[in-house]
Amino acid sequence: MADPRTIDIKDQPGFRSIAILCLCVLYVPILILMIFSFNTGSLVTHWEGVGFGWYGSALLNEEFHRAAQNTLIISTSATIISTIVATLAAIGMTRVKPWRGLPAAFMVINLPLVVPEIITAVATLSFFALIAGAFGLNFGIGNLILAHTVFCIPFAYMPIRARLEDMDLTLEAAAADLYATPWHAFRRITLPLLVPGIMSGAALAFIVSFDDFTITQLVAGPGQTTLPLYIWNQIRRPMTPEINAISTILLLVSILFVSVSFLIARRRAK
Amino acid sequence: MTIKPEQNLPPRAGFLNGVVVPEQPGKNAIEVRGVRKVFGTGEAQVAALDTVSVAIRENEFFTLLGPSGCGKTTLLRLIAGFDFPSEGEILLYGEDIAPLPPFKRPVNTVFQSYALFPHMTVAQNIGFGLEMLGKPKAEIQARVARMLKLVKMEALAGRRTSQISGGQQQRVALARALAPQPKVLLLDEPLSALDYKLRKEMQIELKRLQHETGITFIFVTHDQEEALTMSDRIAVMSSGKILQVGAPRDIYDRPAERFVADFIGETNFLKGTVVSKKSGVASVKLASDATVAAGFPEGFDPSGAVTVVVRPEHADLVADAAKGTVAGILANVVYFGTDTHYHVKLDGGDNFIVRHQNSRSGAVAFAPGAKVGIVFEDDGARILRD
Repeated sequence: MADPRTIDIKDQPGFRSIAILCLCVLYVPILILMIFSFNTGSLVTHWEGVGFGWYGSALLNEEFHRAAQNTLIISTSATIISTIVATLAAIGMTRVKPWRGLPAAFMVINLPLVVPEIITAVATLSFFALIAGAFGLNFGIGNLILAHTVFCIPFAYMPIRARLEDMDLTLEAAAADLYATPWHAFRRITLPLLVPGIMSGAALAFIVSFDDFTITQLVAGPGQTTLPLYIWNQIRRPMTPEINAISTILLLVSILFVSVSFLIARRRAK
Repeated sequence: MTIKPEQNLPPRAGFLNGVVVPEQPGKNAIEVRGVRKVFGTGEAQVAALDTVSVAIRENEFFTLLGPSGCGKTTLLRLIAGFDFPSEGEILLYGEDIAPLPPFKRPVNTVFQSYALFPHMTVAQNIGFGLEMLGKPKAEIQARVARMLKLVKMEALAGRRTSQISGGQQQRVALARALAPQPKVLLLDEPLSALDYKLRKEMQIELKRLQHETGITFIFVTHDQEEALTMSDRIAVMSSGKILQVGAPRDIYDRPAERFVADFIGETNFLKGTVVSKKSGVASVKLASDATVAAGFPEGFDPSGAVTVVVRPEHADLVADAAKGTVAGILANVVYFGTDTHYHVKLDGGDNFIVRHQNSRSGAVAFAPGAKVGIVFEDDGARILRD
């Protein structure tokens, strides 16, 4: 029986057409991009026939390999470091006595979410230029890892904190009651129950690092081309459907990670 | 042999807030001495416990009974170590444990929400405390098996705690808390989440477990019936204070204060004036001009306007109004199956309820509107402090 007080959105006039329009605007361009990755011709706008040739040439492309390798190194490192930092921050902000700077700390952690990325990018670039000028320091690909870690932290932090806040504090009290020292209570109770949150946070961090363009574009030095930068460079030349194939591969990796993150989140909700 | 002066000890026998605490044999498992617990600071300060002293004996089923917010759970948390007293001492077999963290106290808790570890099996939950104590694997296994048997959960040892029913979770929580053989087991309203039938079953089960393990139980509840049926002794609490400590019968039959009489069971309150008194019994003139003999607690000197309390089952109806201690008009008869309640409007204007146990032969002999008398049992009427 339908509750008479609630309104069924599907009965609203125009709902269906607006929804279809929105979905089309969102997904049709992506769909077209994917379809043209199977084009046998060498133009991204003119269809000739179905084939997997461009996937073959993408997978054999040395530059693509290097870019993929760079991306993997940067994203994996940034994910690991940011997830560890985010986990510690989340514990420090939910399992301690409230302290004066708590709201400020919360804001600082989440700041990268609201600051326009181009500003962070310029700031990061000038920061690295400054320490390179002053101390002659250049961490190479470490610069990119550092920059990515910073903006990945809030993404990793949010699901971990949510999980910690949802957790029944009595469980930790029960562990202490059963002779577990604070370290043992954390190791045996809090951490295992936190794993879904950490996994979900890590998946999110990986995906934002994986497809970051703005900051990477400004900070990356020579030979530090990542996949998004590689695609950007390709489309400035005469485009071939190889770029569609590469984009489709990237898209599938992204979807895979988001799905994993979503599935973990759903499993924990059960 | 010299006798040590015991001036600094809380009263074990004698007066506690003016109430006689009967002396009983046995060592004290827990002694709470002058404990205050204050939450908040400055203006917003609230005393959750206001200078509480109580001694709980070894092997006793002791209940902290009171309405929500009376401080019973706070006292339990202080004994468990989840909170620390603002003032006072908590002794466990003579040793002050108040400053110790919970993992250093040989005291275990059964939580209201059970707090079972969801990522562990039933057996792992029960073995957790022993594991943390660093017991050898073989000993843990043997003890877990014994605990599973004790709570009749052998068949479900390998299940996740989310795959068992509420009643079974309750048993696992009990087994987990009992497994390390604590000196005292604390139970924080553990039956409140169960339905009526299961609760009745678990009440008997808890008594059995306490008997079989010989562990001192401190049980927190707001359910007076639960407290009366299970406890060896009860402490009735209100607004951060302990009002009365005693066996269920003492608390029920001889409540020390109006709050205790009102909170536990049903009670008739009659206004009156003390006209004379001698050796624990006072003559009180009621509003209806009738005079009744009423007992009063030791250490209390009633005078002037007082309230007399009579339990509904400590009185009986008589058809001849003149033979009753008090008289009135029967206003209403309410049938409850096991017993019948007679609501009487007394001559002085007070309302009075008489409870009569039903039997197969006894028919309802009184009809509403009839003039009836009410006879009090010996010692049925008592004067209480407001």
